[in-house]
Amino acid sequence: MAHLVQAMEIFRYHPERDAEPVFQRYDVPYRDDWVVLDAINYIKDHVDGTLAYRWSCRMGVCGSCGMMINGAPRLSCATFLKEFYPRPIRVEPLANFPVQRDLVIALDDFIAKLPRIAPWIVRENEPPLAAGEFRQTPEQLDRYKQFSMCINCMLCYAACPVYGLRPVFLGPATIALAQRYNLDSRDQGQAGREAVLTSDDGGIWDCTLVGECTTVCPAHVDPAAAIQQAKLRGALRWVQNVLLPWGRA
Amino acid sequence: MMSTRRSSEPLWWLLFAAGGTVAAFLLPVQIFLTGVIAPLGWAPDAFHYERVVALLRHPASRLYVLALISLPLFHWAHRFRYGVIEGFQLHRAGRLLAAACYGTAVVLTLVAAVVLARL
Amino acid sequence: MRTYQRPLPLLWWVRTPAYLRFVIREFTSVFIAAYLVLFLILLVRVKAGPEPYAAYLRWLASPAVLGFHVMALAAALYHTVTWLNLTPLALVVRVRGRRVAPAAIIAVNVAAWLLISILVARLILR
Repeated sequence: MAHLVQAMEIFRYHPERDAEPVFQRYDVPYRDDWVVLDAINYIKDHVDGTLAYRWSCRMGVCGSCGMMINGAPRLSCATFLKEFYPRPIRVEPLANFPVQRDLVIALDDFIAKLPRIAPWIVRENEPPLAAGEFRQTPEQLDRYKQFSMCINCMLCYAACPVYGLRPVFLGPATIALAQRYNLDSRDQGQAGREAVLTSDDGGIWDCTLVGECTTVCPAHVDPAAAIQQAKLRGALRWVQNVLLPWGRA
Repeated sequence: MMSTRRSSEPLWWLLFAAGGTVAAFLLPVQIFLTGVIAPLGWAPDAFHYERVVALLRHPASRLYVLALISLPLFHWAHRFRYGVIEGFQLHRAGRLLAAACYGTAVVLTLVAAVVLARL
Repeated sequence: MRTYQRPLPLLWWVRTPAYLRFVIREFTSVFIAAYLVLFLILLVRVKAGPEPYAAYLRWLASPAVLGFHVMALAAALYHTVTWLNLTPLALVVRVRGRRVAPAAIIAVNVAAWLLISILVARLILR
């Protein structure tokens, strides 16, 4: 039986030896139940141990293995070789992020952005412990649940040209996460998040609804929807502030 | 919130959204009427001069036409501003472009208002 | 830590189909604005009198201008289709606690668009 071969072209960059990145060609066995992560692990284990990359759960829940696969931001554990075979598969680090080494990107910018929108339940008044737990109906949960499914894989940042052009933009995942808490019935922190979200530089108004963030999201969060809802909300609040400046926004 | 009030972005976005909605619902039939049917003479009675004047002079018509012209122009201004800045990476000319785009929409709105008022 | 920044090409939107569709969608607004200018001129001609109005209609019938209007109509329709498809993103409608399906919202919008278009056409063409 002939052994089928999958051609891989992997982005290589070692800062201590390379001025510019190069693409290195590897041939891996083709198996129709293999994903790109399997191919990369094969390279690491049997061909070239110097290849650096992130991965963990290999089942699409940890968000570690995001890469550009033939130009599109994908989870390498969720992208099958058979989608491309026999064409070569080109693997690059996630777009719009600085490259640290090979397929590893520096995600400092993303990590720094998350806390800015206070991604936790903010309370103005803490009920006493004796009052018991917060109760939430299925309808209340339904309002924000979709936006809570984010696995922080950053595929949306790689897909977003606004972020690619100006990394000051908060970005899809961060705004979706802000909406997740704004829509949570237990949260009282909307006003605090507003200033960051509606900032003139890098806030929600930078978004032009390209929509690719939603297209690439593996967790079906629909960050584009979160951003548009934030815009509508922010705009109505603005009208309220302009028309009723003495009122509490 | 101070920052939301100082920023004018929500205003432009609201105008963009209103204009986009007006354009989406009302422009296709409008373009078909004045751009295809009228010039090709497919409805000569409907586009007879006296009838057109009478139709446009109605106060409801004047408001309708003003909204039809003005709001989609603000829609264009917002989209064009961001489109040019993003499409050609002209972020440094951002404020100039914004002023030019919204300014054009404002001017054309005023022109339309004057023309309609004096019809 | 020395990192490598990959530059975004100037015309980043040309090579990816989704980005190209996005830019086309945005630039339909140019056709719309151009049409509105021509429409505004039509109003000015109406105000000027029957002869200028008739002359303008003749100009509108010239092949180039007619061609422009056909393209503008296509652009407007593309705007309508993309706009109505994106409306459910911003407008979340809840009935008795459950979210109305986006497809339902789009269907209602399409029906409204058809109805309004027919009404306007009948009003003007009567």
